[in-house]
Amino acid sequence: MAEYNPNYLDFEQSLLKIEDKINTLSNSTDKNESTLSQISKLKENFESETIKIFKNLSDWQISQLARHPLRPYTLDYIEHLFTDFTELHGDRMYGDDPAIITGIAKIDNLDFMFIGHQKGRDAKEKVHRNFGMPKPEGYRKAHRIMQLAEKFNLPLVTFIDTPGAYPGIDAESRNQSQAIAQNLYTMSNLKVPIISIIIGEGGSGGALAIGIGDKIAMLEYSIYSVISPEGCASILWKDAKKAATAAEALCITSSKLLNFNLIDSIIPEPVGGAHRDYVAMSSALKINLTNMLEEVKLKNINDLILQRKNKIEDYGDYNVDENS
Amino acid sequence: MSWLDKILPSRIRASKKKQSSVPEGLWHKCSNCEAVIYRAEYEKNFNICPKCNHHGRISARKRIDIFLDKNNREELFVNILPKDVLNFKDKEKYKDKLSTTQEKTGEKDALVAFKGNLKNMPVIVCCFEYSFFGGSMGSVVGEKFSRSAKLCVETKSPLICFSASGGARMQESLFSLFQMAKTSSALNELASKQLPFISVLTDPTMGGVSASLAMLGDINIAEPNALIGFAGPRVIEQTVGEKLPEGFQKSEFLKKHGSIDIIANRMEHRSIISNILNTFTQN
Repeated sequence: MAEYNPNYLDFEQSLLKIEDKINTLSNSTDKNESTLSQISKLKENFESETIKIFKNLSDWQISQLARHPLRPYTLDYIEHLFTDFTELHGDRMYGDDPAIITGIAKIDNLDFMFIGHQKGRDAKEKVHRNFGMPKPEGYRKAHRIMQLAEKFNLPLVTFIDTPGAYPGIDAESRNQSQAIAQNLYTMSNLKVPIISIIIGEGGSGGALAIGIGDKIAMLEYSIYSVISPEGCASILWKDAKKAATAAEALCITSSKLLNFNLIDSIIPEPVGGAHRDYVAMSSALKINLTNMLEEVKLKNINDLILQRKNKIEDYGDYNVDENS
Repeated sequence: MSWLDKILPSRIRASKKKQSSVPEGLWHKCSNCEAVIYRAEYEKNFNICPKCNHHGRISARKRIDIFLDKNNREELFVNILPKDVLNFKDKEKYKDKLSTTQEKTGEKDALVAFKGNLKNMPVIVCCFEYSFFGGSMGSVVGEKFSRSAKLCVETKSPLICFSASGGARMQESLFSLFQMAKTSSALNELASKQLPFISVLTDPTMGGVSASLAMLGDINIAEPNALIGFAGPRVIEQTVGEKLPEGFQKSEFLKKHGSIDIIANRMEHRSIISNILNTFTQN
């Protein structure tokens, strides 16, 4: 039995077995016709098995993909997607939060201001990026960028990928709540087009704080939720192990949220998830993002803001009692 | 909780707790100073402990009753009722939990809105009902708040909101998260017409409510010793792995750190808010 490989999630272990066989055959010294045909057959197997697994993913499995340790993060997309990027730092008040990256960006001939959460890849970077959990200074840096976008009439693009806003003593002391609230207030009335894309984990208020937009898209295997499945499970089921059940109940996947009309579109991921093919994922994201940018650019800004406000006002569902 | 309590099974802990509590009904035991007070006296004092000034929780209706002038009151948007869009079910169905909570509290959801007067000035007041799902914000709360703000614009009235909430309503998932956007957006309209929004933060004001409408007051007022913050103290303790400082996330802590304008006793709200509104709306 092969060693546990973190690149493959629990439900992908059958793929790992096939890959091991391929590797063994590829590394063998006497490669003849039959080994080569065996390898190509195994590769076909790998493909069809991947498609089979990914056809019937549970919501919990999708959550695991959204948090996959190899999933492309904001900086990966900046590298693969943006033609040019000048990172801007600091909130001008307290500090610079590495959990949020902001800057002036360009894709081909489209200029825009950019805000995105950033998680860390290895242990050291994870700590540096605070696991993608921003503090108030991160949201205030983002706020500064929103205002710059408005002042210089540039569209705003945001990438969302956070477990949530940081729950810490320092964050509370500097009023995490106000930092988030201020961004919601500003974004709902910002006089430039806003495009928000959930690229991984959309963790509650910490995600929404850079997530109000004219176009809200989700990558196919990203999630967006009011609370993490684990958190919900431990509160409502009194058992964190019920996370899979909670994930299902919370309706956090792109397809379910699109059905509820809470997001505008889904950007498909390569077979096996975004982490299997950064280049393919980046080009799909690029096509979608540039299309959205071109579309919002054509609209009159006052119409766009009115549409945004109406859309925000329509969030929610309730019954109306005709008798009272 | 002592180490002994921690190792006791919850069943025993619970029964022990029950024995030591003051019998419900005639007497009230202050959760802060543990003074035992005649309940009628406590309620006459608007749920404030006469011994230590601890502000106990108070129902939305009672609060509005003390806050507004007695004449010309009208409840708003009573026809907006909760809906279980997701068919949410944890240990029990959200739908069932909604009806039992409605029966128990006499409220339809966690926000009560009124049109009325404050010392003869027409105002709109929203108030969270904490006993309804921990005052959590779902679609109904967001809608009633947003309609209240709209009505303020139509009638050129100021908006006052008393919050008491654990945050977003989990059972309504992303619908509830997006109410943060909705309530914040509604306040933009109010501001564009130069109409004041006074936010009164009471115990507790946390999570999605704190991180949206509650922190967006032109003036933020807190009741004494109220728990106010984004993340809950237990979550923070687990995350940082250290003990929280004394008074952390309490009104006094927030005032010291510049997050709120005023700490005001419940009985002073009428006069303080009325004075502010008179000044803000005179021109």
